[in-house]
Amino acid sequence: MAAVSTGQPKADLREPASWRRTKNRITTVLMVLSLVVVIIPLGFVLYTVIAKGASAISWSFLTSSIPPSVLPVGIGGIGPAVVGTLEITGLATVMAVPLGILGAIYLNEYGGRGPLARFIGVMADVMTGVPSIVMGLFIYSIWVLHFGYSGLAGAFALGALMLPIVIRSTDEMLRLVPDSLREGSYALGATKARVTLTVVLPAAVGGIVSGALLAVARAAGETAPLLFTILAVTSVNTNVFSGPNTSLPSQIFANASSPYVGAQGRGWGAALTLIAIAFILMIVARVITARFAKYTR
Amino acid sequence: MEEPVQDIVTNLPPLGPAAGQPAGDPVEPATGEVVFHVQNTSIWYSAFKAVTDVSLTMYEREITAFIGPSGCGKTTVLRTLNRLNDLVAGARVEGQVNYRGQSLYAKDVSPIAVRRRIGMVFQKPNPFPKSIYDNVAWGCRVLGMKDNMDERVERALTQAALFDEVKDRLKASGLSLSGGQQQRLCIARAIAVEPDVVLMDEPASALDPIATQAIEQLMHQLKSEYTFLIVTHNMQQAARVADMTAFFSISRGGEGERWGELIEYDATEKIFTAPSDKRTEDYVTGRFG
Amino acid sequence: MSTVTQDHQAAPPSALSQRRPLGDRSFQTLALAAGLLVLVILVLIAVSTSQQASSWFSHEGTKIFSKTWNPAAGQFGALSFIYGTAITALIAIVLSVPVSLGIALLLTEVVPRRWSRPIVSVIDLLAVVPSVVWGLWGILVFAPWIQHIYASIGSGVTGVPVLGPLFGAPTSGASFFTAGIILAFMITPIITSLSREVIATVPSIDREGAYALGATRLEMIRGVVMPHSQGGIVGAVLLGLGRAMGETIAVALVIGASATITPHLFAPGYNMPSVIANEFGEATGVFRAGLMGLGVLLFVFTIILNVVARWIVARSARRGRGA
Repeated sequence: MAAVSTGQPKADLREPASWRRTKNRITTVLMVLSLVVVIIPLGFVLYTVIAKGASAISWSFLTSSIPPSVLPVGIGGIGPAVVGTLEITGLATVMAVPLGILGAIYLNEYGGRGPLARFIGVMADVMTGVPSIVMGLFIYSIWVLHFGYSGLAGAFALGALMLPIVIRSTDEMLRLVPDSLREGSYALGATKARVTLTVVLPAAVGGIVSGALLAVARAAGETAPLLFTILAVTSVNTNVFSGPNTSLPSQIFANASSPYVGAQGRGWGAALTLIAIAFILMIVARVITARFAKYTR
Repeated sequence: MEEPVQDIVTNLPPLGPAAGQPAGDPVEPATGEVVFHVQNTSIWYSAFKAVTDVSLTMYEREITAFIGPSGCGKTTVLRTLNRLNDLVAGARVEGQVNYRGQSLYAKDVSPIAVRRRIGMVFQKPNPFPKSIYDNVAWGCRVLGMKDNMDERVERALTQAALFDEVKDRLKASGLSLSGGQQQRLCIARAIAVEPDVVLMDEPASALDPIATQAIEQLMHQLKSEYTFLIVTHNMQQAARVADMTAFFSISRGGEGERWGELIEYDATEKIFTAPSDKRTEDYVTGRFG
Repeated sequence: MSTVTQDHQAAPPSALSQRRPLGDRSFQTLALAAGLLVLVILVLIAVSTSQQASSWFSHEGTKIFSKTWNPAAGQFGALSFIYGTAITALIAIVLSVPVSLGIALLLTEVVPRRWSRPIVSVIDLLAVVPSVVWGLWGILVFAPWIQHIYASIGSGVTGVPVLGPLFGAPTSGASFFTAGIILAFMITPIITSLSREVIATVPSIDREGAYALGATRLEMIRGVVMPHSQGGIVGAVLLGLGRAMGETIAVALVIGASATITPHLFAPGYNMPSVIANEFGEATGVFRAGLMGLGVLLFVFTIILNVVARWIVARSARRGRGA
């Protein structure tokens, strides 16, 4: 202890039992509790989906045609829905991702601080908040009424949903690319288009791809935009451009309200498939970010 | 950049304790109470040893300065004294750190109780985004010192030599003040809770010379009520203000590791006129640092 | 709501060049077109859906906000759906905001860096569960289970003045409250991550100032973190509210599909997106126009909410930097 002090210790540094300390403790407990409150239902949902869905899943389940609802699990499957999801989401991705990247390029490389670019930026953010069902109604109004139900219409709706998400995430990635990279290239005499395409985009590609994958995962799980655009049928349609179609979320929606156990079972199987797809996309996005994103926040 | 040692000495303000003490003895202050007793203390950040084997004793109602080149651990040691280093993940303290006879790092010690008695003013003024009045009053309210708040605020602001400048606009935001005023507001905030010690981490480094002078005058005026510890990279400031000075520097190990280390601790005048260690002399005369 | 503020206006020096190459100019035009597409889509949404809904507006006139929705009798008052949207969103916010803030603060103030990764992953996982899966689980598993809980609460509060009518005995698990709970799960990730972004911008030196005075963590949060972040958090909550209002499928499955206005939270109800989802397929004429009109209302509400939310966030970010 101290060698030189003369008096008694003047200060008691042990905690006095005080209301302040108790309040602090209670708060910490509440914070942890809020995490628990969230983990429990999440765990429950995942557990249920896996438990109930696993018994339905098999290769034939994923490829067989959709049987009448009354038939039990084991007969038939959700093949058309898998095909539909792949086609429609794929088409939506092909449309929305390039446009989204171009839009972000405009915001970041050309528009800058100008009023138009700022307005578009704000509106792109606002657009991410538009309910997905409104996107479905929108495509219904301007396309389906004239050209009928089709996977293409569904892809338009999903694409409209994905566009602002891709713009926003790509924009963030482009901002992180340092200016010195651009300036070095301009100093060599390259045009802005060339610099953007061959220098800036590759530098940000990890983050851009990862952001796009997350948008795809979101779109694959959406039901509402497809309600009035693809007219969920039960037969497979490999022509995504014409004729009604179906998708995993659409089938799950239909089966969830069915009174038949068989249909419900298929619904769980489809749910497991959907969650697996979304999960895989999320993991791949993470891996890409970790290994290829050169500039992170 | 650095003044020759002779000029520093002739420009020194009169010091409290008598100058010319024999080398090695800390100055015997009037009251003799030990405030801090640090013994063989090393500070680690996870596996990295930041500061090694520091030992010194500080007495109440004195102003002690920590000087040394950047990266020598003086701020680390300072923050160890009010347990603010706890906020850094992986920070660990070995050895004795005693405050008035009690170990600061004993198991049942509450950092909150420690910080109430050992206050701190930071390098960059950090007033709360509240009114001037609330800035000063906040600490008091939180610590339960709620009576006569107006008087407490006025007293703290007066001691910080700020009251006259702001008495007409106590409701204005603390952020609307100039840098020097903000720092005095932070000092007022710190002394409003009636601490025993005030630690100051380069309090004037972000301020202009006039504001700096105001802060130094403050320290002299308040010396009778609080014990001050100031980290500064400005040697002349240490010479102007401190009774005792501790010189820290960077030592290197055999395999290229670096640690901060206390080189010499003595009366200020001795450090600047007749340092015992050559490294101290090199730093103080401007040969390096 | 990115906190990175740099944008890049570097451009190639043009003193020596004549007209820019065609490829360069067309690329810029393409990029501009892609950007404008956002505005075009938003305008088209507004125009096309309003047009489809016009027969409803003209049919009902001012009665679009009336209480009665009875397609068979040709009455299409939207109030019960607006009420349902408001109630379920409100329940979702009341349940979700304390939890989201708790988790955000846990991540920023309590948990050391190393441990925050797994917690953030849990939140991300919560966000990735599709709406329809929440609905499937909600109606097949959650609703039957919670019905028992409602029943116990209901029997416990019969006769009690305010609580009785609110929490009376249920008829089934599908109700306003169930929808609210599921919505709360769904909006928690957004509110948590946005709040966390905002709280993370509080400079650590400000936190240290409070701690240095001897404040506890709770006191520091109340004195420093909250005042600094409150604008951003309000914005985050509003965005969560918008999401709760627009969420369709999960709600459609668990809300009970009954167009009523009642304070009884355990009763089946309906809200705007769910009635559209459930009834649009078979609706014709004015009925269909009415549903479309509900979509228009939904669009307008969420756009307004979003714009206000972002304005609040921007204003508080300005305040924090400047004042």
